[in-house]
Amino acid sequence: MHIMEGFLPASHALGWTVLSAPFVVAGAVRIRNIVRERPEARLTLAASGAFAFVLSALKIPSVTGSCSHPTGTGLGAIVFGPSVMAVLGMIVLLFQALLLAHGGLTTLGANTFSMAVVGPWVAYGVWKLSGKIGLSFAVSVFLAAALGDLATYVFTTLQLALAYPDPVSGFVGAALKFGSIFAITQVPLAIAEGLLTVVVIEALSGKIRDEDRVAMLAGEGK
Amino acid sequence: MSKRSFWMLIGVALIVIIPLLKGGEFGGADGEAAAIVEATEGFATWFDPIWEPPSGEIESLFFSLQAALGALVVGYAIGRARSRKEREMNREGQS
Repeated sequence: MHIMEGFLPASHALGWTVLSAPFVVAGAVRIRNIVRERPEARLTLAASGAFAFVLSALKIPSVTGSCSHPTGTGLGAIVFGPSVMAVLGMIVLLFQALLLAHGGLTTLGANTFSMAVVGPWVAYGVWKLSGKIGLSFAVSVFLAAALGDLATYVFTTLQLALAYPDPVSGFVGAALKFGSIFAITQVPLAIAEGLLTVVVIEALSGKIRDEDRVAMLAGEGK
Repeated sequence: MSKRSFWMLIGVALIVIIPLLKGGEFGGADGEAAAIVEATEGFATWFDPIWEPPSGEIESLFFSLQAALGALVVGYAIGRARSRKEREMNREGQS
């Protein structure tokens, strides 16, 4: 889902950077508070970033005959709220931009916004909503992580369509064109990410009741 | 590992295997989208990556490094959480 280096017009690159910045700053403050107030949560915080690191390195084949990769940002968003992932996701993107020429510095703002802001916020929203309507722990985590993953790719589609509207069919036409590449390829991967997120939360929290898992990982009570 | 986790991992494996059996070119979706952008009239990138992996081998080196580092930390966290729980249970057993 990474938009490549130099692929967005300078004005767009700047705009997305400005929009992402406050989220990253808020995330940094939140991480500092978590580290200071809940030392037990440090390990989970590291694992949340590491999970995004692993998943975004895995290019996975999809039924459309092309490859894409999951984002892994749902885990941290569910446990700590979405803001921490703005920072952790940006670190992943920076690693890939600098060492892999995957994504880029000029598009870091845009990629951060889709992967580290929109994805985590959607995941968090779905997680909260699922809990409210009484879905079970596993189903809620699955839906949150899968839809967060998908939202990232839908948002990238919109970013590209905004920068490169189709000369005939405009923004909507371009969105459908980019969407047909990203969104459909991503559906099975989003499902895989949803399943993996449940597995990892379960492995990190061990043998306890489902309802206590997230609170335990966040370092809230025993 | 719980039964639930086991079956979910089987599900993940199937999601990866089925497309491979179905066949395809499996190029990157990122690249396909980039090709559409490049086909836009008058398009030119205005900034090039400051460093690019010199070959596919080096690129895969960094991708593996990224996955390995992440997996290392996740594995460490799972192990630490487990040993902490065991210590707590031992302490409860003694008192």
